[in-house]
Amino acid sequence: MNASTHASLSTKFIEVQGVEQTFKTAKGLFPALKDIHLTIAKGEFVALIGHSGCGKSTLLNLIAGLTTPTNGALLCANKEINGSGPERAVVFQNHSLLPWLTCFDNIYLAVERVFGAKESKAQLKARTDAALALVGLTHAGQKRPGEISGGMKQRVGIARALCMEPQVLLMDEPFGALDALTRAKLQDELLEIVARTHSTVVMVTHDVDEAVLLSDKIVMMTNGPAATIGEVLAVDLPRPRKRVELAEDPRYVHYRKAVIDFLYTRQAHVEKVA
Amino acid sequence: MVSAVFHSPLEPTPAPSQDAMKNAAISAQPASAASQKHLKTAAAPTPRAARDWAALSRSFWQNVLPPLCGLGLLVGLWALVSASTKQSIPGPYETWLQALEVFSNPFYSNGPNDQGVGWNVLASLQRVAIGFGLAAVVGIPAGFVIGRFAFLSRMFNPLISLLRPVSPLAWLPIGLLVFKGANPAAIWTIFICSIWPMIINTAVGVQRVPQDYMNVARVLNLSEWKIATKILFPAVLPYMLTGVRLAVGTAWLVIVAAEMLTGGVGIGFWVWDEWNNLNVKNIIIAIFVIGIVGLVLEFALIKLATAFTFEEVKS
Repeated sequence: MNASTHASLSTKFIEVQGVEQTFKTAKGLFPALKDIHLTIAKGEFVALIGHSGCGKSTLLNLIAGLTTPTNGALLCANKEINGSGPERAVVFQNHSLLPWLTCFDNIYLAVERVFGAKESKAQLKARTDAALALVGLTHAGQKRPGEISGGMKQRVGIARALCMEPQVLLMDEPFGALDALTRAKLQDELLEIVARTHSTVVMVTHDVDEAVLLSDKIVMMTNGPAATIGEVLAVDLPRPRKRVELAEDPRYVHYRKAVIDFLYTRQAHVEKVA
Repeated sequence: MVSAVFHSPLEPTPAPSQDAMKNAAISAQPASAASQKHLKTAAAPTPRAARDWAALSRSFWQNVLPPLCGLGLLVGLWALVSASTKQSIPGPYETWLQALEVFSNPFYSNGPNDQGVGWNVLASLQRVAIGFGLAAVVGIPAGFVIGRFAFLSRMFNPLISLLRPVSPLAWLPIGLLVFKGANPAAIWTIFICSIWPMIINTAVGVQRVPQDYMNVARVLNLSEWKIATKILFPAVLPYMLTGVRLAVGTAWLVIVAAEMLTGGVGIGFWVWDEWNNLNVKNIIIAIFVIGIVGLVLEFALIKLATAFTFEEVKS
């Protein structure tokens, strides 16, 4: 691989080119996304933010390969995204753990799928244990999802995604259903994990603070139908980031204000007439 | 004794606690009159003991008394009917005495037409087990493929809708014709009546596997085999067990009728045989036996189903 492809990979790891997504509904065609152009570099943390129903999750599902676009193309590492796969792991909004498997087995299922062909059982077990330890849930390995709290479930979901050593980590409002304290704790954990693994992350969020704290780039989307990217804000804050120190940092306050301004002044949500 | 089996499975509360309550209530019942005095004379009842006592009496009123009232109503009406028909329908007491005699030796055998009630019940259960087992072997996999593939679903739905409302007994002559024997024909009837609930419930279960789980399968890129064993089967299991429960219930309904027609050994045949002997007491006993066995089957399958039902992901 020569230097120029390296360079293009590092700046254009994920490419979204003129993507349009239309859904067939009972009332006819519904244009969800229109004219989406986006590039994401390797190791970049990108937040997708916008009002409810603006198609953030739709865009994430397209990158995941769970759905195919009506028009346009999506590339990952210079290859067209064609179907989903473990190289683009998804952390689902509602954790989506299999309730009949223990936390350990939920993660093991993913580990086995990715590394089962090359590694021994003991190595697979070690990887699963490591993933549980990464999110601080070693003690809960033998519990079923129904027996642990919402925050713990979400952590198992993150561990399941991380254990696959994905090229891209896609997160669909991973902390949306959690209380503020748990959310803050998991955000800090995520910052730490991402710093260690240098993962490329795309995260859908509603939360302005979460977006500014975590990401390198905030993609702000206009209101649907036919939503598109309104503005992209580069967040130039040094890492490691500490939430307490940042709270009074003028740059942090500036970025935060820019996002709030976009969401509540320029894209003030108008209730759609159903 | 009858009452113990009669009402407990109908209650939604788990059986062990209920049994405990019943035992408690039974021991408490004779004491209830004396208890007032006892409480007053007791040196100083601790608040805790008083609370326990209140909980006990509440559980007696809520869980023990109503079923006992229901049973009392049944026995009362029965006695009334019996008295008004001048004993042509035997009363509860005579039937009870007869039942004691019947159950004193349930496993005697004086030739094929005179066997104990135990043998008759076991013969019926055996037919149900074979017919139902065959139906499960065919129906559950059929339900899986019908649920998984839309083409097959559209192909078989009209057939199922057409054949399902047919009374299973209408299939009995076909069974007699094809299998040239009463016993296989009865089993065939059980097979045909218990296959539909299993096919339909399994298919519905497969169609209702939450999309979230299928998305997990797609992101992990799991093989069809892993999808089937790790996601589809556990997700469908509760639906499947509902189908099994409905199937067993229907099979137990149908076996009595089928055996009346085919003869041989079996609880249905026993009812018919006692009718020919004009032994109404035994018919009433048979009705209770059929009801109790049906309840026990149903109760066991509900327990089985709850053991395999897991919390669903809420979106």
